[in-house]
Amino acid sequence: MTVTCFELLRDWICRQAPDQANWLDDRYAAFSRGANEQDLHLFLGLAPRRLGKQDLMLSPADLALANQAYPGWNPAGWSLDGAARVAALLAFEGPRPFAAMFQDLVRTADARELVTLYRGLALYPQPESLEFEVGEGLRSNMRAVFESIVHHNPYPRDHFDEHRWNHMVLKALFIGSGLGAIVGLDERANAELARILLDYAQERWAAGRQVSPELWRCVGPFAERVSAYAALQRALAGTPTERGAATLALIAADTPAARDLLSTAPDTAALAADGRLDWNHLTLQEAA
Amino acid sequence: MFIDPHAHMVSRTTDDYEAMAAAGIVALVEPAFWVGQPRTFVGTYVDYLSSLVGWERFRAGQFGIRHYCTIGLNSKEANNEALAEGVMEWLPRFAMKEGVVAIGEIGYDEQTPLEDKYFRAQLTLARELGLPVMVHTPHRDKKRGTSRSMDVCEEMGLDPSWVVIDHNNEETVRETLDRGYWAGFSIYPSTKMGNARMVELLRQYGGDRIIVDSACDWGISDCLGVPKTARLALESGIAESVVRQVTYENALTVYGKSGQMQASDWLNPPPIDQRTLFEGNSILRGGRDPLVETPVRHRCDSLHGDDLLIE
Repeated sequence: MTVTCFELLRDWICRQAPDQANWLDDRYAAFSRGANEQDLHLFLGLAPRRLGKQDLMLSPADLALANQAYPGWNPAGWSLDGAARVAALLAFEGPRPFAAMFQDLVRTADARELVTLYRGLALYPQPESLEFEVGEGLRSNMRAVFESIVHHNPYPRDHFDEHRWNHMVLKALFIGSGLGAIVGLDERANAELARILLDYAQERWAAGRQVSPELWRCVGPFAERVSAYAALQRALAGTPTERGAATLALIAADTPAARDLLSTAPDTAALAADGRLDWNHLTLQEAA
Repeated sequence: MFIDPHAHMVSRTTDDYEAMAAAGIVALVEPAFWVGQPRTFVGTYVDYLSSLVGWERFRAGQFGIRHYCTIGLNSKEANNEALAEGVMEWLPRFAMKEGVVAIGEIGYDEQTPLEDKYFRAQLTLARELGLPVMVHTPHRDKKRGTSRSMDVCEEMGLDPSWVVIDHNNEETVRETLDRGYWAGFSIYPSTKMGNARMVELLRQYGGDRIIVDSACDWGISDCLGVPKTARLALESGIAESVVRQVTYENALTVYGKSGQMQASDWLNPPPIDQRTLFEGNSILRGGRDPLVETPVRHRCDSLHGDDLLIE
């Protein structure tokens, strides 16, 4: 049996803050026996005071364990106190449904706490019941709060319907937030999103603005269905990064028309074939 | 470098944040207060407190200003007993949030029995949580109201060195200092304190336990009250060390007792701090780069004479 997310978090925190291990274990045990919410609130307030706010130190092996415990879970970039807070929510057996308690926590959260609460979304009990609070977080104008849901978090992949997914991707582009860190970006690609993004690109171009080359990643597989070839041709003639992105999108499209267009960009097509160009390395050729 | 330890930024614009940062303000304290009209639901008050620890902190961070706050039920709204009872239930949770440096601003407005009841209850809360207190002193019957505020603090077992008595004037400062409290002065046009008067007070009392703030809010007020007063004081021959005490160090000392505010927060901020939401950029719409400059320019350095005066 694989180790649980709670156990992983608990072990990492205690490894990094051994002097607080007794306190943590005592609290977590009390929470799992059924505690009142005031005790949880107190713990959430004390966590940064007792543990500090430094980064949670994780090795590649730790991250691999995280991904085994919950596919797509990536706690790199979590803080020590944030990990302790999420572990407390995982341990807590309260009198009310989790979603009701979570709504209260979000309602009173300070800025850092909001980020922490949302980072743990996928791991909580009855995660589908948190939909309303997740919507509030997505609508947030605090970029870090939005990104705590969108980046390195498997919750959207596992629980968003198509409409919410598509608007999340579009908002990320609007606020200049990267798409590469979205878990399940390729799996959840869909024709409707491709259509929306193509419209968005054309609107931006009409206004004399640029679009993020990452956008073409969500368009490529549906290039034929949404008639994206003219747009991809334009991107292919753009900056080296746009050229790389259009190349990858055309490869993903894998249609006769796409192959025709690709033949006009043999240099980047060759880089992609060699594995030297991918969505995380669109600028390789500029660096080389 | 300045701290404005009393600024109601929820009522101010991004232009103000920009001007404050440019004038050298590195940190500010936003006390929970009366927003100009009464809240009539507990929920609206809760959302207001939530915005102080969340959204407003984020907004300040866009301009490189560290935002702290005080949590409390103000004296005016203490007179709505149903509201007050509801808010009191939520206060302990907010008081434990990060960056909450005191219980405040609390105290008297009309000096009613309900104001007295909730003032005392919140002093008890501050004592239990080990937090400093920011006391709002009344506009009317000020002198007696100020003395009474200190009497009640002592009755409730507060240590005066943990209490800031704010909105002092020439009539109240002597007693405030003699009794061991911190004396706040709000440089607020017309109704509270002008900065030329403030300079005279500094000449008379020096800088020990005196704190200058702007109390800028929804009324006619000046978010540059602290830097302008500092400049005027220096031009008037007040020692630099005194100016530094009253516009920076004293506020840091008393609110730092909370354990939630330290100079390293603004002297050594992480370059990109996604978890504290400091110096991000989503407030600046339209693709503008975030405004983050260190060291900041001191816009008030170019002001002289009448431009500096707040009367």
